Amino acid sequence: MERILLAHGGGGSLTKQLIRDLVVARFGNPALAPLSDSALVELPQGRVAFTTDSYVVKPLRFRGGDIGRLAISGTVNDLAMAGARPLYISLALILEEGLALDDLAAILDSAKAAVDEAGVTVVCGDTKVVERGAADGCFINTSGIGVISEGVSVAMERAAPGDAILVNGSIGDHGVAIMSAREGLSFDTPVSSDVAPLGGLVAAVLEAGGDAVHALRDPTRGGLGMVVCEVAEACRHDIELDEVKIPVRPEVQGACDLLGLDPLYVANEGKVVVVCAEAVASKVLTAMRAHPLGRSAVAIGRVLDGAKGRVTLRTTIGGRRVVDPPYGEQLPRIC
Amino acid sequence: MSSPPQSRVTRHASRGSVPDLLHLIAERAARLGGRPVRFMEVCGTHTMAMFRSGIRAMLPPNVKLLSGPGCPVCVTPMGMVDAALAIARRPGVCLATFGDMVRVPGSASSLERAKAEGADVRMVYSPLDALKLAEAEPRRTVVFFAIGFETTTPAVAATVAYARDRGLANMLFLVANKVIPPAMEAILAGGEVKLDGFLCPGHVSVITGSAIYEPLAANYRVPCVVTGFEAEDILEGIAMLLLQVVEADPKVEIQYKRWVHPEGNAKARERVDEVFRPCDAAWRGLGTIPMSGLELRPELRAHDALEALGIEVPPELENPGCSCGEVLRGLIEPPECPLFAGRCTPATPVGPCMVSTEGSCAAYYKYGER
Amino acid sequence: MCLSVPARIVELTGRLAVVDVMGNRREADVSFVDEPQLGDYVLVHAGFAIEKMTPEDAAESLRIWEEIASLESGEPLEEDEP
Repeated sequence: MERILLAHGGGGSLTKQLIRDLVVARFGNPALAPLSDSALVELPQGRVAFTTDSYVVKPLRFRGGDIGRLAISGTVNDLAMAGARPLYISLALILEEGLALDDLAAILDSAKAAVDEAGVTVVCGDTKVVERGAADGCFINTSGIGVISEGVSVAMERAAPGDAILVNGSIGDHGVAIMSAREGLSFDTPVSSDVAPLGGLVAAVLEAGGDAVHALRDPTRGGLGMVVCEVAEACRHDIELDEVKIPVRPEVQGACDLLGLDPLYVANEGKVVVVCAEAVASKVLTAMRAHPLGRSAVAIGRVLDGAKGRVTLRTTIGGRRVVDPPYGEQLPRIC
Repeated sequence: MSSPPQSRVTRHASRGSVPDLLHLIAERAARLGGRPVRFMEVCGTHTMAMFRSGIRAMLPPNVKLLSGPGCPVCVTPMGMVDAALAIARRPGVCLATFGDMVRVPGSASSLERAKAEGADVRMVYSPLDALKLAEAEPRRTVVFFAIGFETTTPAVAATVAYARDRGLANMLFLVANKVIPPAMEAILAGGEVKLDGFLCPGHVSVITGSAIYEPLAANYRVPCVVTGFEAEDILEGIAMLLLQVVEADPKVEIQYKRWVHPEGNAKARERVDEVFRPCDAAWRGLGTIPMSGLELRPELRAHDALEALGIEVPPELENPGCSCGEVLRGLIEPPECPLFAGRCTPATPVGPCMVSTEGSCAAYYKYGER
Repeated sequence: MCLSVPARIVELTGRLAVVDVMGNRREADVSFVDEPQLGDYVLVHAGFAIEKMTPEDAAESLRIWEEIASLESGEPLEEDEP
């Protein structure tokens, strides 16, 4: 089996061959083709959004996706959350000596599929190789550039009393999908990661709601709970969530019950939380449900008048509890 | 594709709807003419479950729930955490632990920090996972950090037995297991807090059966109801306690009938007796309670981590400002501790009640009004 | 102090079973359960089954879980009021 060697990162002919065979062959486009030190791109009119993220997920492959899909989707989604149309992506690979070339090819295939789904272009990148043991197979960094159209202005501070809080589907899927492969936990789950690029869904949301869409956040690390707390803190209003309305798949709930986790704080990679004026909420929901990634979109809460920036949850039995941001990653427990 | 919200409401078999149970509670509480009643929920999982559902605020004002000492993380002496750290830092040793203990601060560090510094600390879901590690790495010493009450002890006991049967000399156990009824009795005998009833731990009772609470009901005339963990279970348990108070007829009842039988699980208890014997144990915040802990029987001492590795448990160094003991004994509620939500928060915990995910203080902080 | 979860035995080999929790599967030691059978509902804690449900209670649980599963398969969403 062919594997990545340290020489592949040397910058010489072996590196060039790797890039040509694996990267350009998949992502080839006019901006990338020159393989020069910098890519030259054209930007349409509007404010520029720029983001970066590094991906170190373990395992590299999981039900529903892999690090390649995650690396593209995550960065595309960060741009989308700013209300930007995602355009250009950089793709930097840090490969561990010994990584099978077939595995790398599969990761890049996934990345390419995600790139096509998202309608973006990979215009530049980098490849480094580190010694065996230093990288868990593969780390990826992606940066992204997008443009925000005139009239679009989303920011958590804009969330206002009376606003509806929507989410496009079930929570906790991604976190459960990757947790099952963690050493020491070994359980088999039918849950698939929801990892997906949301640019198209967000475009539909913005088209339906226009300026009345106040905020967009993707509930990644820290889950829905974290993101809603951040919105409340930023806009300095209280928020109330309705536990009965928050969609959780039975399999996700079962996995969380088994491990003692709260789905509210489990990571998602294909979800967007939309905060919009009540007047457009119905229209936005309809638009979301018409999109493949929003079929189960639902309203889960609202922004209140209170000025403490606190989040409360109306529980399934009609009680009330405070929702706090999580401290660190939830750990499985038996107590 | 995604589940409808109702599925989470009807997740488990439960008897009685929430409004009916709340009505029953209100009716029975009213029959007490507004007299305050104080029930103690012994089990940390009950504390958490109540907070997660928001039950406390839905009860009549004269019905008060106090959190008790049934939080294994909270009552594990800091010295044991320090011992675990010393073990984890030994070359050639792997410390396997439940996730619950990973962030608990010892006197100077935590297992999480030690791991970052290079100690071989591994989180497991079951003691059997630690056994697998020992089998897979025969030249490594694997130590399982055993905490928990009667629910968890049989699992540890079985694992010790398997280690013995398979001749796994590299599988050791740091034993901090405890039994709960002596602590319940100590609280009653201490007379510091007047209790009108115990919400007894549901899963402990699956193992022990309900008879272990009979002496409490008989000698202290305290109502005892073995209760499950769904909101409906807890409400039903409270309703049953109230009826015992109203009728002045303290006894032991089982609310959690779908899993708890009066006789408990004899097979599990036999395994525990085969491997462990009772001993005096230090409870953080409560002091030493006679015959409230467990130690490996002499013939199994080869698997005792402290003995095999020659490690001493350092004496208890309590933080002078910490009021966890009073919280665990039901004397104060967390917000009454001067450090609560000030110096002591889940991010910067001073005492165990704040560190444990099911410690009273953590629950009050996370879920309660501040 | 005891997070335990109800699970169904879906595979059984001696003292080791594979149990199913809403589709999630894990190994569990069933040596504390009297005469475990495929299809039994057990309470699982720290990788061990600590009790078995009576057939009556199991039937009730099954009814509820089947209700959940059938709700799961494509009922049209209610029109949510925001």
